[in-house]
Amino acid sequence: MIAFVTRRLLLGLLTTWLISVLSFAIIQLPPGDFVDAYIAQLASSGSAVSAEEARSLRELYGLGQPFYVQYGKWIARVVVGDFGESMEWRRPVIEVIGDRIWLTLALSFAALIVTWTLALPIGIYSAVRQYSFADYIFTFFGFIGIAVPNFLLALVIMYFAFTMLGASVGGLFSAEMTLAPWGWEKAWDLIKHLPLPAVILALAGTAQLVRIMRANLLDELRKPYVVTARAKGLSEMRTVLKYPVRAALNPFASNLAYQFPQLISGGIIISIVLGLPTVGPLLVKSLVAKDMFLAGTIVLLLGVLTVIGTFISDLVLMWVEPRLRHQLD
Amino acid sequence: MATDADRYAVASQAQLIWWRFKRHRMAMISMVVLAVFYILALGADFLATSDPQATDSRTSYIAPQPIHLFDADGSFRPWVAGIKGVRDVKTFKLVYTVDSNRRVYIEFFGHGYKYSFLGLETDRHLMTLKDAQRGEGIYLFGTDLLGRDLWSRLAVATRVSLTIGLVGVTISLFLGVLLGGLSAVYGGVIDTIIQRAIEVIRSLPAIPLWLGLSAALPNDWSVTQVYFAITIIISLLTWTDLARVVRGKFLALREEDFILAAELAGASQLRIVFHHLLPSFTSHIIAAVSLALPAMIISETSLSFLGLGLRPPAISWGILLQDAQNVQTLALAPWLLLSAVPVVLVILAFNFLGDGLRDAADPYG
Amino acid sequence: MVEPILSVRGLRTQFVGPEGVVRAVDGVDFDVFEGRTLGVVGESGCGKSVTARSILRIVDRPGRVVGGSVMLRKADGSTVDLAGLTEEAMRDIRGPEIALVFQEPMASFSQHYTIGNQIMEGVRLHMGLDKHAARKRAIELLDMVGVPQPSRRIDEYPFQLSGGLRQRVMIAMALACDPRVLIADEPTTALDVTTQAQILDLLRQLQAERGLAIILITHDMGVIAEMAHDVSVMYLGRAVETGSVSDIFDRPQHPYTKALLRSIPTVMAKPRTRLPTIVGSIPHPFDRPAGCAFNPRCADMIAGVCDIAEPPPTNTGTRQVRCFLHGGRP
Ligand SMILES: Nc1ncnc2c1ncn2[C@@H]1O[C@H](COP(=O)(O)OP(=O)(O)OP(=O)(O)O)[C@@H](O)[C@H]1O
Ligand code: SF4
Ligand SMILES: [Mg+2]
Repeated sequence: MIAFVTRRLLLGLLTTWLISVLSFAIIQLPPGDFVDAYIAQLASSGSAVSAEEARSLRELYGLGQPFYVQYGKWIARVVVGDFGESMEWRRPVIEVIGDRIWLTLALSFAALIVTWTLALPIGIYSAVRQYSFADYIFTFFGFIGIAVPNFLLALVIMYFAFTMLGASVGGLFSAEMTLAPWGWEKAWDLIKHLPLPAVILALAGTAQLVRIMRANLLDELRKPYVVTARAKGLSEMRTVLKYPVRAALNPFASNLAYQFPQLISGGIIISIVLGLPTVGPLLVKSLVAKDMFLAGTIVLLLGVLTVIGTFISDLVLMWVEPRLRHQLD
Repeated sequence: MATDADRYAVASQAQLIWWRFKRHRMAMISMVVLAVFYILALGADFLATSDPQATDSRTSYIAPQPIHLFDADGSFRPWVAGIKGVRDVKTFKLVYTVDSNRRVYIEFFGHGYKYSFLGLETDRHLMTLKDAQRGEGIYLFGTDLLGRDLWSRLAVATRVSLTIGLVGVTISLFLGVLLGGLSAVYGGVIDTIIQRAIEVIRSLPAIPLWLGLSAALPNDWSVTQVYFAITIIISLLTWTDLARVVRGKFLALREEDFILAAELAGASQLRIVFHHLLPSFTSHIIAAVSLALPAMIISETSLSFLGLGLRPPAISWGILLQDAQNVQTLALAPWLLLSAVPVVLVILAFNFLGDGLRDAADPYG
Repeated sequence: MVEPILSVRGLRTQFVGPEGVVRAVDGVDFDVFEGRTLGVVGESGCGKSVTARSILRIVDRPGRVVGGSVMLRKADGSTVDLAGLTEEAMRDIRGPEIALVFQEPMASFSQHYTIGNQIMEGVRLHMGLDKHAARKRAIELLDMVGVPQPSRRIDEYPFQLSGGLRQRVMIAMALACDPRVLIADEPTTALDVTTQAQILDLLRQLQAERGLAIILITHDMGVIAEMAHDVSVMYLGRAVETGSVSDIFDRPQHPYTKALLRSIPTVMAKPRTRLPTIVGSIPHPFDRPAGCAFNPRCADMIAGVCDIAEPPPTNTGTRQVRCFLHGGRP
């Protein structure tokens, strides 16, 4: 058990490190050194940078030195919470991102919950009543969920809401709440707005998980231990829920670990379509504007969130799988 | 019964798979649908009714126009409605609308814009208009803001989006078979490293990274350069599933008798891999590929949709959908959503096909 | 004459699939008596396990019991036909009246719960014990079947046990609600020779202590000779010959039984030899031969009779045979 957790932890750290290198590479990739870009940007908005200031900036970021030196300087500042300045906003990156990162997390988490609560019962039902009418219906919707990219779904829903209800369905807050300070009221407002984007975001993952659950449960239902349980005189419902479902939870849970990165990814796109105040639109905007510190930081933060999410899913997996727990005992 | 059994007894592996595959009706239909799409892609320019790049302010946002098959006298003579300019009484600007009184007749195999087909320069198209005035065209799916014909653009976009999937999958497949194979054949440290790498890559949030990497592509790159760069970026993160399939199959097949026999007969590792292992699970690879293709297509479409994939003047499904990003626009020109139909159809078809193939290749897996 | 505790007549179970119908059990008759063991033998795939499951009506989909009766004499002397019971009533039979021990102890346990959990479940359901009492009973049961350190083992998972221990636990689980009939489906096939002998000893001992009626399913004529009082020989879903072990081993009547016995000349000396091959192979279940199912492999086959009509069951004394050589000729 300890070995499993340690291994997962090390893997998570490795992933984090890789993500940080990639994030820094993204910051670095655009041609030319970014102090030049910064100066040009400032100049275009009317303020000038003295040669002295430029030199100290270059010094600070280690420009002109090898990649690993620059990376070292950058990461040393990142770990103490200094993510640099956004060129476009002329403010520290961390201020620009603000609570958007938490809203991103809230959205992904809500979608994860939706995924679980839908996929589990639907998957069980479809397997137990294989080839029933409802099974076909669920399978059909499953294929739609897999085949329709979620930004398209968001578009279509927006279109129908707009033309038929005359309502715009985007956003995570009502207009009067957007700028309000955080409090119970604002949180409640958020909770009221979350379900629609969460469901849209969750659909693809739900469809995938239903398929996985259904296939695994069908496999498990044929196993001898199910007959054993029936032979004990358990009711069919109890037999199915206690034994095969429990066994099928394992692949289900291990797949869940990979749902989280997908949800974070998908969240970016649907946030843009639905105009949600998450980091998604900010990331795209900053990339288009080549505001690289902002972009790199967002990629880094999303990556770290993913790693944490994956690690938590791994712990869940360990909890549902006694074999893992006992491997080293 | 007995004859059936006999047929099974002498059937080759490939035949068995084909028989099992034929039983999946949805998979068969999907195969036909995909074939149609790829033929459409191949003949995109021939099927286009007007130049997909030609802009014309007069034809901005024309709603889809049907082709009427019969003329007033009942004879078969397909025509479409023309357009007319009306001066707005308040602004004095010319506003163009569809003129249903004007009939413009369709000519088959007529001359249109120039394109090259398999290296051949030509300007023949399936349908063009005879004696058309400027701005008139066959607008089967309507036009966009810049007055470009959506049908023609969709035809060309299909070619781009479908081939980007193929190119991407080829790269993924190469990486997947190579690394999955290495992992299974050599085992030990190599296996551990590759497996960990796969786990790490699978837990990366793909879209932010793609976005970051593709945003970093220089602005002055040509359409083709961007196209290949995007494909490579997408493939780099999608080979892992294929590698897992390949490794799993390798390991399972290694245990089987004929491999053992080959090993005893002194065949070299590589020979075993290429002469015995790979052929025996091509079917699995094909199935895995047809399930990986839709993911590729969705990725490209999403990237381009966000403005960070292919860039105009390239035309792809994602780029077409970009025009439909905004609800106000959609309310004005809902036909722009037609670009979503082929995306959904193709992805669905690939999924059904992949499922059918997988079941046929491995009825017990 | 003693009344049987379980009496199976004309039991038929089918699997309907896209390729056709498999008649896995197609007319099985036998009786089981208190304190006695009925051996059921036959080659692989002849329907032994499906028979066992059909008695308890727990055949996997797409299988369905389509005919026959299963009369169970209850402790109070009344008799019920299990085939006619409701699903709820049937649940009270499974466990307290008839219990099963399975072929593969590893696969027949869930790996997600401790063995204690899996034993206590039935006890709590049928005997109405609370958690504490059920646990105590589970420990006693484990002790009874010879699991060492039962109070520690009870909290282990099946994958932590050896094969022999697992089968002991399986027996403990089957006996949890004091059933009167125990169906043991090849309880020793997956075990090594020494462990096999121990498990058979355990079954014999439990039978002596509790007067259990046992149905012992096996491939192995040796095990039959050693363990069973009566035997029923199955071929392609039918019981082709049924009678007492001594009788049948001395004077087998059905050609298939004869072949089975002939092909193991040293029954007593080599008790655990698998059934050696008999000429020809078992027909595919879709390809049931016309007439007597055994006719393509039968040395005594009567042309024009055996390949046209099916031999009906004929009784002589305590023996029942399905073969035209022994009556029933049209
Ligand atoms: N779930 C199922 N679906 C379809 N057919 C089945 C199923 N289970 C069993 N059968 C059929 O029933 C027949 C009898 O199977 P059964 O398991 O009873 O054999 P057996 O005598 O127990 O063999 P073994 O000695 O190998 O355990 C087999 O020929 C098989 O084709
Ligand atoms: S009925 Fe005929 S074929 Fe069948 S066992 Fe008897 S003699 Fe052989
Ligand atoms: Mg069996």
